[in-house]
Amino acid sequence: MEYTIFIILLPLFMFLFLGLAGNKMKPVSAGILGTASLATSALLSYSTAWQYFTTPRIEGVFPAVTPINIEWLRFTEHLHIDLGILLDPISVMMLVVITTVSLMVHIYSFGYMHGEKGFQRYYAFLSLFTFSMLGLVVATNIFQMYIFWELVGVSSYLLIGFYYTKPAAIAASKKAFIVTRFADLGFLIGILVLSFYSKTFNFEALCSGDLPTLSAAAGQTFMGCSVLAWGLGLCFVGGAGKSAMFPLHIWLPDAMEGPTPVSALIHAATMVVAGVYLVARMFPLYIDYAPNVLVWIGYIGAFTSLYAAIVACVQTDIKRVLAFSTISQIGFMFVGLGVSGMGGHHGLGYMAAMFHLFTHAMFKALLFLGAGAIIHAVHSNEMKDMGQLRRQLPITHITFLIACLAISGIPPFSGFFSKDEILAAAFQFSPVMGWFMSFVAALTAFYMFRLYYNIFWGKASKHEHTPHEAPASMTTPLIILAAITCVAGFIPFGEFVSSNGQPYIIHIDSTVAITSVVIALISISIATIFYRKTSVIPERLARTFHGLYTAASHRFYIDEVYLFITKNIIFKHISAPIAWFDRHIIDGAMNLLATGTQKTAYAIRGFQSGQIQQYAWVFLVGTLLIISLLLFI
Amino acid sequence: MNFLSLFVAIPLLMMLGLFIARNMTQIRTVMATGSALLLILASVLTCIYLSERSAGNTAEMLFMADTLWYAPLNIHYAVGVDGISVAMLLLSAIIVFTGTFASWRMAVLPKEYFMWFCLLSLGVFGFFISIDLFTMFMFYEIALIPMYLLIGVWGSGRKEYAAMKLTLMLMGGSALLLIGILGIYFNSDAQGGPLTMNLLQIAQVNIPIEAQRIFFPLTFLGFGVLGALFPFHTWSPDGHASAPTAVSMLHAGVLMKLGGYGCFRVAIYLMPEAAHELSWIFIILTSISVVYGAFSAIVQKDLKYINAYSSVSHCGLVLFAILMLNQTAMTGAVLQMLSHGLMTALFFALIGMIYGRTHTRNIDEMGGLMKIMPFLSVCYIIAGLANLGLPGLSGFVAEMTIFVGSFQNTDLFHRVVTILACTSIVITAVYILRVVGKLLYGKVVNEHHRKLTDATWDERFAVICLIFAIAGLGLAPLWMSDMISGSVLPVISQLMN
Repeated sequence: MEYTIFIILLPLFMFLFLGLAGNKMKPVSAGILGTASLATSALLSYSTAWQYFTTPRIEGVFPAVTPINIEWLRFTEHLHIDLGILLDPISVMMLVVITTVSLMVHIYSFGYMHGEKGFQRYYAFLSLFTFSMLGLVVATNIFQMYIFWELVGVSSYLLIGFYYTKPAAIAASKKAFIVTRFADLGFLIGILVLSFYSKTFNFEALCSGDLPTLSAAAGQTFMGCSVLAWGLGLCFVGGAGKSAMFPLHIWLPDAMEGPTPVSALIHAATMVVAGVYLVARMFPLYIDYAPNVLVWIGYIGAFTSLYAAIVACVQTDIKRVLAFSTISQIGFMFVGLGVSGMGGHHGLGYMAAMFHLFTHAMFKALLFLGAGAIIHAVHSNEMKDMGQLRRQLPITHITFLIACLAISGIPPFSGFFSKDEILAAAFQFSPVMGWFMSFVAALTAFYMFRLYYNIFWGKASKHEHTPHEAPASMTTPLIILAAITCVAGFIPFGEFVSSNGQPYIIHIDSTVAITSVVIALISISIATIFYRKTSVIPERLARTFHGLYTAASHRFYIDEVYLFITKNIIFKHISAPIAWFDRHIIDGAMNLLATGTQKTAYAIRGFQSGQIQQYAWVFLVGTLLIISLLLFI
Repeated sequence: MNFLSLFVAIPLLMMLGLFIARNMTQIRTVMATGSALLLILASVLTCIYLSERSAGNTAEMLFMADTLWYAPLNIHYAVGVDGISVAMLLLSAIIVFTGTFASWRMAVLPKEYFMWFCLLSLGVFGFFISIDLFTMFMFYEIALIPMYLLIGVWGSGRKEYAAMKLTLMLMGGSALLLIGILGIYFNSDAQGGPLTMNLLQIAQVNIPIEAQRIFFPLTFLGFGVLGALFPFHTWSPDGHASAPTAVSMLHAGVLMKLGGYGCFRVAIYLMPEAAHELSWIFIILTSISVVYGAFSAIVQKDLKYINAYSSVSHCGLVLFAILMLNQTAMTGAVLQMLSHGLMTALFFALIGMIYGRTHTRNIDEMGGLMKIMPFLSVCYIIAGLANLGLPGLSGFVAEMTIFVGSFQNTDLFHRVVTILACTSIVITAVYILRVVGKLLYGKVVNEHHRKLTDATWDERFAVICLIFAIAGLGLAPLWMSDMISGSVLPVISQLMN
């Protein structure tokens, strides 16, 4: 399957080509070129997936294939960075997800970005992102993953700051890059620790389960924890940064300043799940050497999902609602991984997390693209500027509704199947976790339908132009994604992806399923009562729980905390004093040395006056002094 | 004559050519031809070196030549190169070449300017090919002196002050260095043989540990001043800020590397025991450099100050990695020298071009340059991304090699300082993105700037060459890394004994 290399190289070439020659081309031809190359990539990855999953299993497992692996940089005898392609069930699945969503976004952007300045640049950056993301998922070793991890970070930076004259976009892009960079520091140190003890970067070697260096290192501890737990924990910090886990989530809502299709691709479907993918990639390691870290990952995911769901209930910017919803759903995936064990029924969580990653990518991209169509129509992100749009935007309305139902967990849409598995796994782990996540699922249904009713029902607002449905280039991707959302739940996902690779038959646990559906329906009904027609209840509730409401709409002041740390502590109390110290103390000392020398020189230059009388006088006094010294001592 | 001496002869011939040149066209012809010849020479040398190595030549230094120069003190003009010097020569040639184009339109006293420029490069090339301590020191001084005039005459701002400060501080450093070198020289006769200045011969003898304890710190400090070692780095911000574009490029790009190279080649190679014993002091100083420089850069307003402090941080990383005393980290140190040289040269070139148009370097007085000069702005972003260690550009390769290398030391002290040094990747991102955001993005702050033009062909050429080199090293680092790491081995084996 050597041709898989082209899946990755095509977007790279397209980036270089559009980046260098884009300005000389017509915008449309740049767009067509970008889309065509991506369509080829998508076709190639479908064929890869087909070929991979139709090859016979070996001992019940789809064997991992490494069609290409080139040594890129050598550090020591054992440690070398390779660039290559590793095909195993999850990376093949990710190839499909990324190319599909990216292709949809490419097509959609034709309509959405039509007439924007920098259209060619936009497509170049999209290609760069797709290349980096594909490189990330097929990484054969942890350092390759880090390389592409940084590259997706930079593409995200460039795309968030696409409207580079808008101050909010500049600030958001900077924030996204720096926060994730900070998390990457954790990842880097994690890699250093892990590779030092295991003597390899290679995923296959690391996860093979019988690496002697690892078992030898398992006994070593540092500050009460095993060194491997430290390494894996620090790697997770990197994942938490990219996947916007609390408290590193603050960059994601701001990242919505980028063009909406970008939000759909990067900040909903692909890049933000890189953290989940990282943990899944090293899952056997977590299970074997750091089960306690894994449990903590689950707790962090659970807490984040609750936090983000609460915040999502009170946001008024539709993209922000979706952003917090993304954070919350990624929390679900981490819960899935955190509660999972290895193999068979214990490994349900792992399979569920991957399944949810897959379905979420589709329906969340759909939601964002739908939101883009709405913003395109009303020229605003605010809910108050919307309402009663269902007649003007029929296609958007239907597809958006499908996505809302999917994320709320209503059968037969895809979200139901994946979320239900996560809940089942959570219940299996502990009832508290199960009920906790069910509550978050209820909140999810509530805020999604709050969003839905506020956009498509509720009170109509005045518009300068009558809102109209988006062009076909934008509605086609909506329809395709909606179709996928309708049927994806019936994919026998456990056949392909499971914790130990053995096929796993998903069977729906009826008690969990019924409970979750009932809860979701109740939430939806509440949202219907509150928001379908103008109602005073939400306002009254907001007044009753005034403190909670304000806190939630300020995202619990986490941003303020960060602002305080960066502005007050780092800028005012670290950097500025250091700069002052450097100019005044260190450099001052050098200047003092210079002026001291100069002053001394001035002071003693009187001795070299050239006057004979003075010299004679000094000579006489000196002689007398020496004589008296010789005489009296 | 050995062909390595061409590196010294070509700049000399260039000076001669400049002397007889009558107008700007002739000056440009001489400079362009000469620097292109140097670049070709360096590339050819790299190729020959690599083919010699792959043919199995395992000598420590290749293409050696030795001429007795002053018999009473046993001073030789001795030259030879290993992978590290080849890398450094290539770097210097690239920077001299691009520096020529960056000062293509030098208006004030161009002839004199370029003559000093050639003398400076002569010193640099001579330093990297020398394997005799005396010749090395001599070329080192030759490289330093022109700096004074180049900044004092062609500089901007407080140029006299800056020139004086830079020269005095660096001279202070070379005074320490001279003592160090003499100390080595007088201890080079452990077996009672004649005293020698030849690096390879000294490496064979064991300098007594008592002497090493005295002369290692002196030598390291002496070179360290040029490598912007904390707290002797303050010449760098003022000096760079006042220097003309190409001089900043050459100074930050190559001259500061003399420091790192010297520390490696003289201090550690010749005095390994003291290096083991005393490295911790300098590790502390260099880790301060790394973090302190980065933090200082965050609040600066002058583009050149930002870059100068960033250089303090990055050059600190070079010395830091050398002191980690293992093969990977030292390879990383040399890679970092290369990468930092190319990056800062690019940065200073771009800053000079921007300054030449806007006549200010204060980031508060500029904004939205992306709309006005897209080419320069895009290049500035690329330089910034290289600086913050984006994979695919040179900075990443160097930094990662250093971090992985330093993490191989198992004790807690080394671990802690390594992690401290790693934090610089975040702080670097902060100051780079701050500048990019303020300078290039946003709205045009000054309406007069709207009339400004984008880069001219010579500027474009210089910048593109540098970007090619940065991307080349970043995309295909293995050959360079192998070439360097093979040449680090002798030093490592010295350290092992």
